[in-house]
Amino acid sequence: MSKKTTGKTAAKGAAKGTAKSVSKASAKKASAVVKAAKKAVTKKDDFGGLSEDILLRMHDLMVKSRVLEERLIKIYKAGEAYFWIGGPGEEAWGVPLGMLGRKGQGLEHDWWHLHYRCTPTLIAMGMTMIDSIRLIMNRSTDPSTGGRNFANHYCFPKWNVAPVTSPIEVQYPLACGTAHAQKRAGGKAISIVTGGDAGTAEGDFASALILASRKGQELPVLITVQNNKMGISTPFEGQHGETHIADRARAFNIRSRVINGNDPVETYLAVKEEMEYIRKTGKPSFIEAHTTRLYGHSSADGANKKTHMVDPVMAFEQRLLDAGILSEKAVKKIWEIYESEGVIAQEQARTEPVPTSESVWDHVFVNNENADWRNF
Amino acid sequence: MASIAQAIRMALHYGETNMGVKDIFGQDVGAPLGGVFTATQGLKTAWNSPLDERGIIGMAMGIAMGGDKCVAEIQFADYIFNTIDLLKIAGNTLWCTNGQMNLPMVVMTPVGAGIFGSVYHSHSFDAWASRLPGWKIVMPSNPVDAYGLMLAAIQDPNPVLYLKSKALMRHKGDELIPGEPADEKELKAMIDKPVQNAEGWKPRWPDLQEYIVPIGKGKITREGEHITVVTYSRMVHLCDEAADKLREEGISVEVIDLRSIYPYDWQMIKSSIEKTGRVLFVNEDTEVTNFGEHLAYRATQEMFYQLMARPRVLAGKNLPGIGLHPNLEKNSVPQLHDIELAIREVVAEVP
Repeated sequence: MSKKTTGKTAAKGAAKGTAKSVSKASAKKASAVVKAAKKAVTKKDDFGGLSEDILLRMHDLMVKSRVLEERLIKIYKAGEAYFWIGGPGEEAWGVPLGMLGRKGQGLEHDWWHLHYRCTPTLIAMGMTMIDSIRLIMNRSTDPSTGGRNFANHYCFPKWNVAPVTSPIEVQYPLACGTAHAQKRAGGKAISIVTGGDAGTAEGDFASALILASRKGQELPVLITVQNNKMGISTPFEGQHGETHIADRARAFNIRSRVINGNDPVETYLAVKEEMEYIRKTGKPSFIEAHTTRLYGHSSADGANKKTHMVDPVMAFEQRLLDAGILSEKAVKKIWEIYESEGVIAQEQARTEPVPTSESVWDHVFVNNENADWRNF
Repeated sequence: MASIAQAIRMALHYGETNMGVKDIFGQDVGAPLGGVFTATQGLKTAWNSPLDERGIIGMAMGIAMGGDKCVAEIQFADYIFNTIDLLKIAGNTLWCTNGQMNLPMVVMTPVGAGIFGSVYHSHSFDAWASRLPGWKIVMPSNPVDAYGLMLAAIQDPNPVLYLKSKALMRHKGDELIPGEPADEKELKAMIDKPVQNAEGWKPRWPDLQEYIVPIGKGKITREGEHITVVTYSRMVHLCDEAADKLREEGISVEVIDLRSIYPYDWQMIKSSIEKTGRVLFVNEDTEVTNFGEHLAYRATQEMFYQLMARPRVLAGKNLPGIGLHPNLEKNSVPQLHDIELAIREVVAEVP
């Protein structure tokens, strides 16, 4: 388990999962070997007391998210999209987060200010594969942007999901704004913000720490950073002097902790605990989650799988297999179901309409009020 | 008569009492100061933010996203520049979400020279603002418009930038705001925080009425036949003064107070130019690249064969800043004699 404001990050189960992230053929062999070697360990693995139902749901959603992201990369590489950016490697963080929030529209529900690695969270919240595919393929049916924006720049007002932005870190002070409105509304809803480690260099990160923590005016916001130790091509050490990003929250008297975001069990328990703390106290909390950036930054650096890194989906899957919670047959079936759903969704999206040229003037102002100066 | 600062204060009071404004915030906006120009004294929803412009704009966007109405202030437009990408995002949110998420927020900030504020308290922002699609931008020149445009800004479901001239904060107009007492001493006693012994002070607000100045509608402040002068904010008064002076010489000047930068009242400009055949655009933002240039371009494109003279833009010089010494400031932004000279030149030009 994680400890508050400590640097203990690597969970045993997740670390051993690296053996699975090689080729499929060798993975099977490795699985058998690891399975045998792990028997003693898995007997002690009580998954933090989480029910089998939760564990299986997490696995299912993690696989679904992974398959979707890999499908998006394929769509990009096939020339059916202009750009890819996404969150494969963040499933063990994003899925529990999405499962735990209070989903809905309005100030009595949680608000989500997510970055572009948030597919696992939205999958956990109920986003369909095809809606993500419609976005990357710029269909007018794309419910987030109507074909106007990049992959994973989601927006779902029906779930209080704020639009994902390309400029990094700007979402942090916005989360303080919605948290302020939620607090005034008087319920127990919170605002949740996610972002990357490199982005914490931006002033907006500091803005959020200050706005959330003013004495007597604390805000119910869960401030999180997904630390994959890489900012596009600059390693963590090249842009950080602090030992833990979470330590910066402590300077503002914000409760903080570092967790292994590659372990969905640890994430689930930590996020649940922090959400409960925020709902109870109305004060902010901070989680630094260590994650994997499995396919690089974006299509700009190739979007190829990094085989030397921990693969949280495969690692968790192996733990469940070892514990007898999942069978090999069931695993195969789950992957097949989502692979098939992804292919069918892509085929359907291909047939759907794209935005018309004339629609550039739509929605500059509310109710399509004229925005074209030529018509003033 | 109310000053512009008092007019804004009364509009914000009306907004928080009758139009659902829940937050009026920014640096020193709340008690005890109530704004460096006193425009937010005594307001029940006014509060002090950290000294952080990006935090203020981000917070305002979040509040608006959550469905609450807010008015945020950047203490001087000179410090709004480090929020430009946030303003850009606020302006594009509706468009990027295909019409799903609007940000009904107002951002107000004092702009321009005229107070000898030196390099960092004299910036204009109108041309910059005009390049933020998705925003509406207003610039009042008198208290009644300041009141009516603020109510319009609060009422509007889009983000609205409310640019208020620093030099006009104490300017008093010649019209009463609906509900304002006729005696300005009485108004002062009711809503101005006492300089001494202000502890426990609360304003007594007059019975204010709704009064909306529609965004995008200009106003003719002087009617004339020989030349159209299109201007806004502080420059309206200099242009009116020039018009009054030149009228005595037989030069009839029509002055348009644009009031809104975007959307702007092209039909009013066009009708006036059709009548006069000549046009001068006056503002104090730097001349490269200037909002008046856009209007001059449009006038040239659409009215070329109706023009009796070349359209002209008179604006601030393209300098790194406004120098503190009066000689420097006065030679940086248009002065009365510059406007007179420019009008004479355009009127004298013969096709």
